[in-house]
Amino acid sequence: MLAETLVAQNISFGIIATVMVVGAIRVVTSKNVVHAALWLVCVLAGAAAQYLLVYAEFVAITQILVYVGAVMVLFLFGVMLTRARIGNENDLNNKNWALGIPVALTMFAAMAIASTAVRIDTQAVSDAIFKPYLLPFWALSFVLLVAVIGAIVLARKD
Amino acid sequence: MMFAVHFPYWAQSLLRVLGGLVAVLLPAGTIVYLFLFKMMSFMQSRLGPMEAGPYGSMQLFAEVGKWLQKEDIMPEKADHSIFKIAPLIVLASTFLLVAVVPFGPDAFFTNFETGVFYALAVSSVSVLGILIAGWSSANKYSLLGGLRAAGQLIAYELPMVLAVVGVVIQAGTMNMQQIVVAQNAGEIFGWSGLGNPYILTQFIGFAVFMIAVQAELTQAPFDMPVAESELVSGYMTEYSGFRFLIFFIAEFATAGVFALIASVLFLGGWGIPFSWFGWNNIDQIDNWMNIVGPLIMFTKMMGLVFLIMWIRFSYPRFREDQLQRFAWKVLIPVSLGNIMLTAVLKVVF
Repeated sequence: MLAETLVAQNISFGIIATVMVVGAIRVVTSKNVVHAALWLVCVLAGAAAQYLLVYAEFVAITQILVYVGAVMVLFLFGVMLTRARIGNENDLNNKNWALGIPVALTMFAAMAIASTAVRIDTQAVSDAIFKPYLLPFWALSFVLLVAVIGAIVLARKD
Repeated sequence: MMFAVHFPYWAQSLLRVLGGLVAVLLPAGTIVYLFLFKMMSFMQSRLGPMEAGPYGSMQLFAEVGKWLQKEDIMPEKADHSIFKIAPLIVLASTFLLVAVVPFGPDAFFTNFETGVFYALAVSSVSVLGILIAGWSSANKYSLLGGLRAAGQLIAYELPMVLAVVGVVIQAGTMNMQQIVVAQNAGEIFGWSGLGNPYILTQFIGFAVFMIAVQAELTQAPFDMPVAESELVSGYMTEYSGFRFLIFFIAEFATAGVFALIASVLFLGGWGIPFSWFGWNNIDQIDNWMNIVGPLIMFTKMMGLVFLIMWIRFSYPRFREDQLQRFAWKVLIPVSLGNIMLTAVLKVVF
């Protein structure tokens, strides 16, 4: 690997990380639902960019396809169909918001320990899922399918 | 891109950006002039623009000049920052899309192992831009157009992905460069004079893919989101001047890029059948293919865009329910059947 590429990598990491941190803070402080959702897109796309920087392109692409292309689009679609107003709203905060802080800190600690203890690449993860754990994986997909069909049945009035 | 001479990292990056600009803007301009200005005019028994430049060929520059001069109008109640970002997101998706298209054996921007997957992923980003363009305009027509567009793009993304799966199964790879090689090094029952372009074996996939592209580009007959007789012009209603210009460029540039991707997947991309020159793999290909390859790609792209535009100018608009039903009840089952068939044949042969 070229030394000059590494420098570019490190600089990019810093820039993207800053954008992600600012974006994450704006998600929870923003006074408009659509703005919050767009800041969340920023954070998720930033994560994809970070994956690209460490040569995990498959994970990066999946992140874009699933989170930016599908989850956030559906979220915005739902919000816009129902309640999204232009301008500020003041009742967006739940009164239990402070509970989120210890949860976030615990998650951070757990992930920091896990990610420094084990180093494993994408291919090894997929090998593990699709070889010894193939049957549970199928079962899980089947449960999801049942849940989706169940949701349709419950939502349809006729 | 690889170079015979070694360039420093910044120069390579600069060349890639310039190459990307050319690969996006040149097809867009050509498509607008040749098809939107001239072909549509001829189909309607008129001449089209004739005044600016010989045969009206400078018309596009005049149009761009006009758009750039226009006042930058924004609705007072609109969400201004998002209103400004939205067209840029749509255009960014086009630029991200062109990054994986290979133009020659060494003439590519990036050579992702999972190139096809990447293309399908970033093409879905434009939905985001269209949705927020419709919402931030603070206009009922815009919001309706944005929601319709999102529903349509989500519905037609599925058959598109499923149509590509057939090609991926047959080629055994998701890398676009290797898909090109697989087609040009292939043979039809032992005869290698034509290679084996997947349009022959994956014809169903090709048809589904092109229909889905037509819908993804919101070109007629799938232009319900911008239906001018009921929604003014959908999510673009409040946009004028250079902001509209960005949407306009994105629309036709994306048409060009999708045609490029279709030519890579189904028509053999930049390659010519390898047997003509006795090549066996990608390393034996002569360097001149890096010049000829892009020209071949451009030709194939123009052919496919001609098809898209021909249909656009010929057919009346689908109704919203017909449009959704067509995606979910016709295209998706057909493309699933195609995957089954391809998988069975792949195992048999």
